[in-house]
Amino acid sequence: MDILRFITAGSVDDGKSTLIGRLLYDSKSILIDQLEAIEKQSKNKDLGEIDLALLTDGLRAEREQGITIDVAYKYFSTPKRKFIIADAPGHIQYTRNMVTGASNSELAIILVDARNGVVEQTRRHSIIASLLNIPHIVVAINKMDLVGYSEEVYNQIVGDYQEVAKSLNLKDVKYIPISALNGDNIVEVSPNFPWYEGESLLHYLENIEVENDVNLTDPRFSVQYVIRPQVAELHDYRGYAGKVISGVYRKGDKVVIQPSGIESTISSIEIGGKETDEAFALQSVVLHLEDDVDVSRGDLIVRRDNQPNTEQEFEVLLCWMGNKPLVPGNKYLFQINSRVVRAVVREIAYKLDVNTLQQEPAPERAELNDIIRATIKTASPVAFDSYNRLRDNGGAILIDETSCVTVGACMIQ
Amino acid sequence: MSKYHLDYLGQLESEAIHIMREVAGQFERPALLFSGGKDSITLVHLALKAFRPGKFPFPLVHIDTGHNFPEALDFRDELVEQIGEKLIVRKVEDTIREKSLTEQKGKFASRNALQTYTLLDLIEEFKFDALIGGARRDEEKARAKERIFSVRDEFGQWNPKLQRPELWNTYNGKIHKGENVRAFPISNWTELDVWNYIRREQIELPSIYFAHEREVLQHEGQLVAISDFIKLDPGDVVLKKKVRYRTVGDMTCTAAVESDATAIDDIINEIIATKTSERGETRIDDRVSEAAMEDRKKSGYF
Repeated sequence: MDILRFITAGSVDDGKSTLIGRLLYDSKSILIDQLEAIEKQSKNKDLGEIDLALLTDGLRAEREQGITIDVAYKYFSTPKRKFIIADAPGHIQYTRNMVTGASNSELAIILVDARNGVVEQTRRHSIIASLLNIPHIVVAINKMDLVGYSEEVYNQIVGDYQEVAKSLNLKDVKYIPISALNGDNIVEVSPNFPWYEGESLLHYLENIEVENDVNLTDPRFSVQYVIRPQVAELHDYRGYAGKVISGVYRKGDKVVIQPSGIESTISSIEIGGKETDEAFALQSVVLHLEDDVDVSRGDLIVRRDNQPNTEQEFEVLLCWMGNKPLVPGNKYLFQINSRVVRAVVREIAYKLDVNTLQQEPAPERAELNDIIRATIKTASPVAFDSYNRLRDNGGAILIDETSCVTVGACMIQ
Repeated sequence: MSKYHLDYLGQLESEAIHIMREVAGQFERPALLFSGGKDSITLVHLALKAFRPGKFPFPLVHIDTGHNFPEALDFRDELVEQIGEKLIVRKVEDTIREKSLTEQKGKFASRNALQTYTLLDLIEEFKFDALIGGARRDEEKARAKERIFSVRDEFGQWNPKLQRPELWNTYNGKIHKGENVRAFPISNWTELDVWNYIRREQIELPSIYFAHEREVLQHEGQLVAISDFIKLDPGDVVLKKKVRYRTVGDMTCTAAVESDATAIDDIINEIIATKTSERGETRIDDRVSEAAMEDRKKSGYF
């Protein structure tokens, strides 16, 4: 059993909440008391039947306004997989939320209303999914019941989307016609689509191969914390605690500490207090080095024959998330994994239109939800990989030092 | 399947350890909120994996409502002794006396709401800047929306509309003086994940998690343990039943479930088969209103 993290992109009108409610309901992740609560609400709202969308409405503020204000996380599992859904609202002003939800997702379900086809919002969601480099896309063509389960409508939408996928260079796209409301093609393949020869949505989510999405080639390890027991018998113990971001580490590996460039060799590896010969991507471990060198939080331990870039100036795609605009020249904190350095956003090269991917002339300042290309200069060197090659060592955040708030998401180019 | 593949419990474990180490690396005065329940016992187990052979970079803190199950308190003391870590206990009773607070009235008068006062005092007393807690997003709707690093203002309040975006595995723990962060390492775990992990790691739990005979009162479909903290009315029928607890909170606001499950495998089978959610079945305090948890979190509750 493993984990699949996915994001659902679409608005309430596309039936996104209904789809999530349906997945939870049909996988039996909804329990009686939760169902009773929404039944009560459904009746209050004079809807007659159970409104599955209510399962995903979190806060009272949202229920009162009938909107979703933030990313919510939902969980369900089948005997094959545990699923973590990042439920991000799809309206234009919420680019920030979709970027946030997409940052940890291996798959995106892009909802298309069969009555409307591929619209501006579909393009926007697909563009964000491609910018965040989500490896797998499912285009769920919803509300097929409202177009008479028409194969023609389905084919038209698939054809239109293939253009989008081609222009964005999306590699793995799957098309599934569904009706979230009726449960068609959600868990079981529905007889309402005699012309559809594919699998159901849940079957696809359960079986899609995601193991290869973990990078086992480029060893990257970010030091989070140095373990130094203050007791006599462990006087010389000095362990570098952190998570293997990618790749495999072995005892005896010739390594270099970045950004300092100091060289050493891995003398031992511990996992949960037990010694082991190797450690691999996603494991939280403790590394020991042969030499007593200076290593501290935020440093990267990498193999000498496979090194990241170590620079002080680089280009990023930046999604601005602050309520106050970004003014070039302003200083921020730049955090990549456990390393935090001062940084300045130097100049904006252009702004991306998230509906068309067109490059627009550089604005003087970037506003909330803008995606721009900019140059960042840091106060000291940063060891990174390009985001498209190694997401977990190429994504960074900007923090406003005065408000302490996360104001930007950087994808290093 | 590659030999370099981490199964799902391994991934959840590693993520939780990563979050705890981020707390240790980013904050000057963190603490781990320990209730004696299975989720916080799991946190202690994860902390052992994250920091041994070193000491925990934080003390355990327990807000003692005075309405605890004695089994949970005994377990707490044994565990702390066994791992040799520091435990700080603050009693809600003292806060009630010192601050002249008014206790709830009624049959199941609970101190659940009052413990927020003790918690905020404790944070101020020790100048804690981060508190690690065992809350999970699957527990409740409001929790589903909370970040892993959740910033609280100086009154301990959560503002759901002003949450920081949380991207990749990068956690922003920057705060102003007086603010604090609640950090939730097992946010992405479900109830079943916790039980599966407890089974895999053979983590010991207080005896009340397993089926035992107990005198209970049947109240609106829930089974409430008879204790000194509950007022019996004439006509109340006290039953003797075989029960276990799915969650361990106060005796006044935690209900038991009928069960014969004496081993962890039996419990896991019962949870898989159950048709009621953890909080729905066992928490009397969530029934007050639909937005009960949202309101309590906004005012400083965990």
